[in-house]
Amino acid sequence: MIELVFFGQLTDITQTQSLVWEDVADTDTLIQQLQEKFPKMSTIKFMVAINNKMISESEPIVSGSKIAFMPPFSGG
Amino acid sequence: MSKHLSYDRYQRQLILKGFGVTAQDKLRNGRVLVIGAGGLGCPILQYLVAAGVGYIGIADHDRVSLSNLHRQILFDTNDIGQFKVDVAKKKLQALNPDVEIQIWNEQWQNHHCPTHFPQYDIVVDATDNFASRYMINDAAVLLGKPLVFGAVSQYEGQVAVFNSEKTDGKRSVNYRDLFPEPPKDGEVLNCSEAGVLGVLPGVIGSMQAMEVIKLLTGLGRPLVDKLWNYNGLTQEVFILNLNPRSNRPIDQPQTPEEFMNTRYEELCGVVSERIKEIDFDEWKQNHLTHLLVDIRESYEQPRLNKLAESMQLNFKEIPLSELEVKMENLQNQSIVFVCQAGRRSLQAASMLMEKKSASSVCSLKGGVNGLVALKLI
Repeated sequence: MIELVFFGQLTDITQTQSLVWEDVADTDTLIQQLQEKFPKMSTIKFMVAINNKMISESEPIVSGSKIAFMPPFSGG
Repeated sequence: MSKHLSYDRYQRQLILKGFGVTAQDKLRNGRVLVIGAGGLGCPILQYLVAAGVGYIGIADHDRVSLSNLHRQILFDTNDIGQFKVDVAKKKLQALNPDVEIQIWNEQWQNHHCPTHFPQYDIVVDATDNFASRYMINDAAVLLGKPLVFGAVSQYEGQVAVFNSEKTDGKRSVNYRDLFPEPPKDGEVLNCSEAGVLGVLPGVIGSMQAMEVIKLLTGLGRPLVDKLWNYNGLTQEVFILNLNPRSNRPIDQPQTPEEFMNTRYEELCGVVSERIKEIDFDEWKQNHLTHLLVDIRESYEQPRLNKLAESMQLNFKEIPLSELEVKMENLQNQSIVFVCQAGRRSLQAASMLMEKKSASSVCSLKGGVNGLVALKLI
């Protein structure tokens, strides 16, 4: 299993700050699965991090990892 | 001011281990430009001025309004209607007359960056919109200035130090490494649309002030190559380690000329020449017979049903999230879109223009907030 954590407006879409998820090969596949479950996730931009480390392209996910999804904030 | 009085003023930080006269002198010689004197800008300015940062620039084109006061604690009820920078300067000078303050009561634009950034050691992003954030970031990268970034969203906030020179001479990551392309305006709600708890920008702005003081004095470890995230509801802090991206985003300017020609508001979808923005008077005069579409989500208040009823308007509610599927119903009509602040309605208008033919599409400037300000609802 892996742990997913969501920030900002993404929590409005997922209705939760965290989810436990089945193991998955890589981040692209995970994002695809998430967008199927939460179609609105495809309407906003976000950054992905594995175990607190930002990634800029799809990377493999090891079981037990914590994957964070962070959208940009604009308010001030 | 005599040395004795200055010593008294800063005594509590002067006696700190690792601070002393050396750090105080660094603050006194420091020059910091704060863009935005709102929710984030107020605490940043108060702490930097109180700490004795020698020279501070403040830019903000807004005037104080009643809805600012729950979070912008530099201002009070008597200041309503005045330029924020005028009030800020007056109050900050009273707080610490040692500090020199320069103000701009105009909207910060591309041309301001190359003119003024070189006079400052650090730039602080305390703005409230993506167009300004991307412009300030790109300018900081081109002009080699460290940028202390802070932003809030409802109960959460982010802080980071971008483009800071590292020991190996390289620059730390910047906002474009996190989010290469700007979101379209309306894709992410701002404070006037999504709301914000007043104390949150207080927390985030204070964190930004802390980072500025660390950068100026060399104390501690600033949030370089890190994004600090805070959730006020859970008091949870989440720190992300950031990496540079190998490819620069296509719309990030590489030269000063490209920077000057970059139209940030258009990149963020704020302005499109094809879409007409109308104010209330124009709507009343020329567009009252057109279909008014409220594209806000159902929880956003106040609703427009009563106004529509009393004015006998042709009125529909279609949340932006459902617009794509419900667009068919809007074909071949003259439409005025309205949202909370007038940004998402622009996005709705451009969505409709792209997908379907409509005889005329307008966006109501200022949105429902504007109607409330005019006491119409």
